[in-house]
Amino acid sequence: MANLIEIKNVSHAYRTKAGPLPVLDGLEIAVPEGEFAAVVGPSGCGKSTLTRLVAGLMKPDSGEVWLHGERVTTPRKTVGMAFQNPVLLEWRSILDNVILPLEIVAPRMGQKDRVARAMQLLEMVGLAGFEGKRPSQLSGGMRQRASLCRAIVHKPDVLIMDEPFGALDNFTREDLWQTMRDLRAAEPFTCVLITHDLRESVFLGDQVIVLSGRPARTQHVLTVDLPADRTLDVLYEPKAQDMLHLLRDQIRIAQGRDGAEGAH
Amino acid sequence: MELAQKIAVPLAAMVLFLMAWEGLVWVNGWPNYKMAAPSDLPPAFWKFRWLFLEMGWQTLWRTVLGLGLAVIFGTMIGMVMGFSRIARDGLYPLLVGFNAIPKATLVPVISLIFIGQHDFNTVLMAFLISFFPIAVSVGIGLSTLEPEYRDILRSLGASRLTIFRKIALPKTLPEFFGALKVSVTLAFIGTNLVEIVSPHGRGLGALFKSGETNGDYPLMFAVLIALAVLGIVLYYGVLVLERIFAGWAERPQS
Repeated sequence: MANLIEIKNVSHAYRTKAGPLPVLDGLEIAVPEGEFAAVVGPSGCGKSTLTRLVAGLMKPDSGEVWLHGERVTTPRKTVGMAFQNPVLLEWRSILDNVILPLEIVAPRMGQKDRVARAMQLLEMVGLAGFEGKRPSQLSGGMRQRASLCRAIVHKPDVLIMDEPFGALDNFTREDLWQTMRDLRAAEPFTCVLITHDLRESVFLGDQVIVLSGRPARTQHVLTVDLPADRTLDVLYEPKAQDMLHLLRDQIRIAQGRDGAEGAH
Repeated sequence: MELAQKIAVPLAAMVLFLMAWEGLVWVNGWPNYKMAAPSDLPPAFWKFRWLFLEMGWQTLWRTVLGLGLAVIFGTMIGMVMGFSRIARDGLYPLLVGFNAIPKATLVPVISLIFIGQHDFNTVLMAFLISFFPIAVSVGIGLSTLEPEYRDILRSLGASRLTIFRKIALPKTLPEFFGALKVSVTLAFIGTNLVEIVSPHGRGLGALFKSGETNGDYPLMFAVLIALAVLGIVLYYGVLVLERIFAGWAERPQS
């Protein structure tokens, strides 16, 4: 099994009042099983559209999206999602929030097993003792941790994250990068991470995919050959610094292709 | 201590209000056909105590039934408007227009269509006057659901019904109860409107009318007080339900 996720020559345009707005243009992405792909690109270049395509929430105008050697046309149970907004359900406790996907995906699973599974993850991300709290009683970073647990509680093959750490302060964000790294070591999954943060892409990614400005196509793919158990210090070493410089240059090129988009 | 304060303060306010009322009547020397004093009320209540119980019950069950129908119908309309853009565009002007009609003008219309059906007419009016806020709040609550909420379940292949049951419905509850607090008062008004206007009616409204016909002014004022008490009971009934079903929406007290 070579590639778990394959996006082949995908193009898509949104229909707007001002006519069709092309967002993806011949996009090519391949993520081998167990790999972590970080996707970076200028604002509004169609990155979020990419997440919806992989999740099967929408169909592209042309091109194909493949998961596990099967063409994606509808949502699948083997996907987990996390967004910038943790979208926790206020009326449920943290524990019940994490259990939610199991209620859909594994309706026959016993409540005891569900709780055990959720608690295992909550402990891993450092939320043990908070399972009975309401989301509003937790800090932003803790809520995002709970959201991550919910995204992988049903052991999805693919985790899709759309700027999950974007709204957090820098130190909290770095904490969550390490949590993410530890979660991956504990339970392997294939991951697509949309991000604006180049350091984040290098710290977490096995490959960093740079998208061009809108309409997005694959502009550059950087292989991050750093050890899997990398620490934050790695980011300050020459090897990582070189990668960051390269990515920075690529982003500049990407913005140049669509000057108006790069202006804000 | 806190509980004592919670009870003592409203109680003291009520006593002050009654004293001011009594004082106002006493100072001006008004006869009871101009304005009854609070001290006139207990005899009136006592004299007609069985009538008050019977009529109060009539008003109560018809209001609650009308409100119940409004909840069912309003929620259904709200769901249709919340999920379908076309339904929203089509229904909204109709609803706003219907809501703009002063409901008192509907009383003779209804009494003519369903002549003599006093219970039915009363419940119908309570329903008609109170479903609008519920429909609008449910509709807005559903249509403003952030897409991410839907996507976390949709990406798992959950059906629309499951998404509605697990996410949309509970998320709309705070708005729903906000509307229900308005609707319960409106339904109460609707009930009394029909009770007062209908000849040979029943309920507290009819008792009020008979007080007027017989020139028993203390009875009329006693009915007003009974209506206020019933209104308070209904309102706090909704409040209790809100605590139970949407208590999570309250900000934790710090």
